[in-house]
Parts: sequence; C-alpha cells; structure tokens
Amino acid sequence: MAKKTKTGVKKRGEKIYWKQMIPLYLLMLPGLTYMICNNYLPMFGISIAFKKLDVRKGIWGSPWCGFENFKFLFKTSTAFDIIRNTVLYNVVFIILGTVLAIAAAILLNEVRSKVASRIYQSLILLPYLISWVVVSYLVYAFFAADTGLINSVLKGLGLNTIQWYQEKRYWPFILTFVHLWKGIGYSMIIYLSSIVGISQDYYEAARIDGATKWQQIKNITLPLIKPTVITMFILSIGRIFASDFGLFYQVPKNSGALYSVTQTIDVYVYNALMQNSDYGMSSAASVFQSIVGFILVMTANKIVSKYSRENALF
Amino acid sequence: MKGKETIRWQIYANAAMTVLTLLALIPFILLIIASFTDNQWATVNGFSFFPGKWSMEAYKYIAASWSTIGKSYLMTIIVTAAGTALSLVVTAAFAYSLSDTRLPGGRFVNFLCVFTMLFGGGIVASYYTWSQIFHIRNTIFALIFPGLLMNAFNVILVKNYFTFSVPASLKEAARIDGAGELKIFASIVLPLSVPILATIGLMTGLMYWNDWTNGLYYLNQRDGSKYYTIQLILNQMNENISYLSKNASQMAGVSVGSLPATTVRMAIAVVGVLPVLVIYPFLQKYFVKGITLGAVKE
Repeated sequence: MAKKTKTGVKKRGEKIYWKQMIPLYLLMLPGLTYMICNNYLPMFGISIAFKKLDVRKGIWGSPWCGFENFKFLFKTSTAFDIIRNTVLYNVVFIILGTVLAIAAAILLNEVRSKVASRIYQSLILLPYLISWVVVSYLVYAFFAADTGLINSVLKGLGLNTIQWYQEKRYWPFILTFVHLWKGIGYSMIIYLSSIVGISQDYYEAARIDGATKWQQIKNITLPLIKPTVITMFILSIGRIFASDFGLFYQVPKNSGALYSVTQTIDVYVYNALMQNSDYGMSSAASVFQSIVGFILVMTANKIVSKYSRENALF
Repeated sequence: MKGKETIRWQIYANAAMTVLTLLALIPFILLIIASFTDNQWATVNGFSFFPGKWSMEAYKYIAASWSTIGKSYLMTIIVTAAGTALSLVVTAAFAYSLSDTRLPGGRFVNFLCVFTMLFGGGIVASYYTWSQIFHIRNTIFALIFPGLLMNAFNVILVKNYFTFSVPASLKEAARIDGAGELKIFASIVLPLSVPILATIGLMTGLMYWNDWTNGLYYLNQRDGSKYYTIQLILNQMNENISYLSKNASQMAGVSVGSLPATTVRMAIAVVGVLPVLVIYPFLQKYFVKGITLGAVKE
C-alpha cells in the first residue's frame, strides 16, 4: 500500500512531491535538532577521553594523549571497585527483582476483589513515582544516627546504636532493599499485564481436570509468561554496566566512608567530574561504560531476536 | 475441597499483598509523622510512629520562609509545565514526520532515533556539550533541555499510535480535499491521539517534577540557586549535611544555622512529595497504562 502511494506520487512529478513534503520536514526539524544536540554531539565528545583536555582550548584545541586517561583510571583500585559494584548490584537486582516481581504479580492476579486488587496495585507502585531525593529522606528517617527510627528502637532495647552512614557492611543490604522497594511495583505491573493476557480457557480446562492452584501456576502461568521474563531478563543483562545514579548517590548521601561498597561507575563519574573537575578520569570511566554498554546491548538484543523476534528492540 | 483451596489462596494472596502495601506505605507515614514531631523531642528520642510530643513548628517554619520554598515550588511548576508542553509538541511533530513512509530520508532519521537507545556518548560528553558548547549552565534551560525533552522510546510509542490507531483513510480523505500536511497533523491526527499524548505527557511531567540530576550538574549554589526546584532544595540540604559532617571541625562555608532543623527538613520533603501523593489517586490508572504501554512494545 505504502509503495503504491509512493510511485503514484512520483508519477505526478518531483516538484509537487517535494512541495508536499516540506511541511513534514518542518515538523521533523525541532526533534531532529534536539536529537543532534542531545545525543549525537556527545557521541563526538567521546574524543575527550583520548585527550588531555584543557577547557579553555576546547576539545579540538587540546592535545591527544591516546589511552593515557584509561591507563591512569585502571591503575587505581577505585576502577576495580566501581566496576565490581556496578555489575554485582545489577546481578543481585536482576535475580531478586525478577523472582519477587513474578511472585507478586501471580499473587496479585489471584486477588478476587477488584477494588482490593486496584488498591494494592496503586499503593505498591507509589514508591516508583517518587524522586530519589525524597527517597533519601525516607531512608534517612530510618537510618539517621541521631534521630533515626532504627537507632531509637535499638536504644529502647538497650542495644548499641549504629552509625549507619559510616558502616560499610550494612549498605549492600540497604541498597538492595531500597531498590526492590522502589522498583517492584513497576515490574509487578509488567508481569501482571502478561499474566492477564493468558486465556482463561487454559485454567478452565485445568480446573476440570482437577489441577490444584499450584499446578496451574507451575504448568500454565509460568510457562506462558516465559517470553516476557526472558526478554526482560536479557534486556537487563544488556544494562548490567549501567547503574541508577539516584540510588547510589542519594540514598547513601554520597558518604565518603561508604564509597567502596556504594560507588558505581555513574557515581564515580559524577564525583570525578563535578567535585574534582577531572575530565581525564571521568571521561575515561564514562566512555568505557558507554562502549561496554553498547556491546552488551547489541549482544543481548541479538540473543532476544533469536529467541523471539517480536520482543527484540530492533 | 475446591472451595477450601480457593479460600486458602485468597488468604495467601491478600496477606502477601497487604504486607507489600504496608512496606510501600510505612516510610511515607514515618516521614509525615516525623515532620509533625516536636523537634526537641525528636532530637532526644529520635523519630517514632508514636511521638511523645506533636508539633506544627516545622510547617510554621516553612510558612515563614515561604519566599525560598514557595519560589522553588513555583520553579518546579514552571519547569514541569514548560518542559512537558515542549516535549509533547516536539515529540508528536517528530513522530508524525517519521510515521509518513513516503518521506525521503525518513527511514534514515528513524534509524538515528532508534540508535540513540543503544549508544550514547556518556555523561561527561553530554555535560561538555551542554555546558561548553551551548553554555546552558546556571540558566533555566538547564532544567528543561539536557536529556529530558525527547526520547526515542516516546517517539516510537507515538509514531506507532499514529500509524496503527489513527485511520489512514481519514488522512487520505483530507489530502484529497486539499488539506496540507500541517493541517492534517493539527486538526485530524492530534485530536485523535489525545489518549497516547496524555499518557506520555503524564510520565514526562512526572519526570520533570522529580528531576534533580540536571540541577546537580548544571546549576551551582552561587549563580544557579535562583532556579532551584523543590527537589534541588532537598538535594542542597543533603549536600550541606554531608559537608558539615565532613568538615565538622572547621565549619567553613556553611554554618549550622543555615541548615534547618531535622523535622523541618522532613516537612520540606513532605511538601515536595505532596503534589504527587494528592494527584496520584485520580490518575493512577493512567500511570499504570503508561507503564504497560512502555513495556509492551507493538
């Protein structure tokens, strides 16, 4: 159909065709300009990582320095920490997040009362809609050393209080909990929409055959949402090198004492760039992240498209 | 047997959902109670769900310093409204141009758009571009432009809606009647696309309301604080606290006096989150729709 129109228009002559198209180019212009400024100019900015940047001279005026910045970065022990933190947190988030969200979606789907189900769903989604800054205040209300709820409970029980924002060992758990708390509503809704799409006929047939609820979940629900689960899973593997800046910057309040367990690539880049104005190190880390990220996304997408064409990104 | 099993599952499901719901709500409840706690009492006893002494002091403080907080509130509203409106116009226009398969070069631009989802220059390159090339630092544009104005995901959603949910016959009929593309876009396609525009508009609005990273990167405390939104006021208090605890001995730069009391900070957080909490019940089904739309790509 589209092809027919195209040739049809062309037959009427190029002139009319272009005249007709000009308004469409006008509509495209603001978006295209924005995309070039916001997405494509920074792609050229990657060259910063290979330069000894002098802000006064600009990117083009600054001398090249090859892989010097990367060498400096990977010499530091921080480089190992931030990569380990970024990847490990993501692995834990993916596993726990997927399992809990599927369990929650299955249970929510079992709730008979429509009103109750809607109330549960809206309230569990609520944390997802809140900014990370506000989340840091919520966390602070629990963990503040002097006025936090947990310390006052500990005091009440006659136990020693804990300087939460100075003690590293608790943070992997706190950050994981906060991540799940904020994100579970979102992924629960995604899995729920996949479960709701399953035809009731399957369950009807299973019930007639005397299948228990558990058998129905195991043999109908789980196999049928598998495509969604696998797609979500692989796409998050593709993003394993990215981290949620808000979670790792705001929630530990950028506390230096906690860096070795809370600092991810994104937080490191922010601190190096904005606190130390270190273009060399920060751009090396940031470019390393985007290139590895690109390779991972491409690989993940390739796998998704092999597994199920319609779920691939492109 | 059957009935018993059903009842048992109802109990499981409702119990589990009640636990999750409470977990989601409790931190907000604590925050709100903390903001109504007497500061003196909180300093001695810490926050509690059942404070020994309630107080409106924190909110009186906010009312008294409304010149700062009210201004940041106004700034949040301006940025959210302007950003969302601009974002919708730019996204819809761009998506419409891409939805026309006859457009020469359209497929290439479409590829450029999809490619931005796969690869980016990274934070440092973006920062350099916006601050050194466009000199956006310490202007209100810093809160509207970088990163937030248009994204490939929304473009694809809107484009798909234009292609699959707006009847092609209507556009064709208008063309035969001699209507130009701009007229078709403005008076046929846009009015029929209100549902998708409302959905992505809502999500975009929420993104602008909640954003603090642009301010963190592009506004500094000295020259940019006049553009601080409520999120950035909250962030600034966080930064001042960590500055104080790092430099406890010197106390240079920030004096303890400039930092509001702990219950006041909680009250400012309540004020910052309140609009979302108030609006949410009315719009919750659109938020849910926005999420499922984003996930189930057609």
